[in-house]
Amino acid sequence: MPGGALLDPFVANEFMRQALVASVLVALVCAVTGTYVVLRGLSFVGDALAHGVVPGIAAALLMGVSGVLGAAVSAAVMMTGISVITRKSRLSSDTAIGLLFVGMLALGVIITSRSRSFVGDITRILFGELLGVTTSDLLWQSGALALVSAAAIIAHRPFVLMSIDDGLARTSGFSVPFFHSLMLVLVAITVVASFQSVGTLLVLGMLVAPAASGALLARRVSSMMLIAAAYGTAASYIGLLVSYHYNLAAGGSIVFVAVALFGMTAVVASTVARRREAEVPHQHEHRH
Amino acid sequence: MHTPACTIKSESLAVGYGRHTIVGDLNLHLMTGDLVALIGTNGSGKSTLLKTLAGMLTALAGSVSVLDAAPGASPKRVAYLPQHPVSSHTLPLRARDVVAMGRYAHLGLFKRAGATDRKIVERTMHRTGAAEFADKPLREMSGGQQQRTHLAQVLARDAEVLLLDEPTAGLDIAGKAAVADIIAAERARGVTVVLATHDLADATSATAVMLLAQRVVAFGPPAQALSDDNVRECFGFTQPH
Repeated sequence: MPGGALLDPFVANEFMRQALVASVLVALVCAVTGTYVVLRGLSFVGDALAHGVVPGIAAALLMGVSGVLGAAVSAAVMMTGISVITRKSRLSSDTAIGLLFVGMLALGVIITSRSRSFVGDITRILFGELLGVTTSDLLWQSGALALVSAAAIIAHRPFVLMSIDDGLARTSGFSVPFFHSLMLVLVAITVVASFQSVGTLLVLGMLVAPAASGALLARRVSSMMLIAAAYGTAASYIGLLVSYHYNLAAGGSIVFVAVALFGMTAVVASTVARRREAEVPHQHEHRH
Repeated sequence: MHTPACTIKSESLAVGYGRHTIVGDLNLHLMTGDLVALIGTNGSGKSTLLKTLAGMLTALAGSVSVLDAAPGASPKRVAYLPQHPVSSHTLPLRARDVVAMGRYAHLGLFKRAGATDRKIVERTMHRTGAAEFADKPLREMSGGQQQRTHLAQVLARDAEVLLLDEPTAGLDIAGKAAVADIIAAERARGVTVVLATHDLADATSATAVMLLAQRVVAFGPPAQALSDDNVRECFGFTQPH
């Protein structure tokens, strides 16, 4: 029966339950951070950070220490690099940041090539190993979610002001460099907390696709975040289920579903907007 | 009534970006209730001067103080309306959310918005006409509606100094008249207004008019500053030949 096909994989398999919890935690932490990333237009920087952590993870795996630790160290290096570039670069910052992240990615591949299980390791880093998450991974992720949520509650006002205009945040008395750096730190924490589930190459999809869907539908920032969480959770469940029944890569399936949901939402939202414009005659500027 | 006091003061001030001076030798001495209209074409330096007074650009030379402090040091008492303030049409913010952001300078990170804050938000939305579309998201607003929303946000700061960069951009004649009324009302309660505009009509009620063309062409009472020769010099500067 269909109900069985929808629930049985999770009821019968401990690894599927763990994977679901892990990917929902990814969806939640990405909903919080991703909302600000999308509002502030930081998708590219988010992508750069995600790829920039590869050498750290690779080195950590080679040395037999926690990948999370390695990711955290290289995320810190990346963030310093990005902030120096943004302030000092005479090139447009996307050129310099692009080179920094591809350089880090190349370094990651070089480091991994020293490992005896090169293909296995690089695949695990880039695409995640959702079906192999451990309870300690889940604890890490829960801690990251708590940290990111607390920071978002505290910094919500400057974050929203900055999403309209840096000058507005500045003239409202908030330090733009400080809160911009804080936002990068939140992106880094999110990437580090998510790479084991969906991989460094795919984490951007979870960071941006659900939040972008939320931006299309929501009228308020808080509802954008809730919609992003719901979309990310739905993508986690649907993606895992599809991957189980058709024997597909779990992380890839989840991210593909998230991006597909965004695509469908964008089509529906633009159709609705066009219909509304056709119904309401163009309103002229006038005051009563 | 307010007692007149000096609010904005500058001596030999030079403003610009990086090392590039756009206008130099600016000497201002503005009092409570004054309105100074900055008139000039794009690139004349009026926005640069406003950004410097708002604390977003550092002075390149000379001295400047706003409310006896460095520019940008009194966010609760100074409000700035940038030109074309909306950066993205995807922002999920309703008019009332945008206007409420005008209170953030007072609330900081942690203080909850109270009844007074909400009352100020409602009142300023009525003043600019934004109350008519209070629940409309930014992305569905016309340019004029966005402008009225951002103007309401600036007024919600309840500031003593208003720095307005083309507040009437995108507004029709009635909207422009409403902005003129708002500026008059703010001045009556002692607010100093510095207004950048293309529109000579905005300048006639000003205490002083500064004509800018990458230098000060004229600075004085409207009747004196807006002479035909001055206006020609100011607007002829960057015109194509």
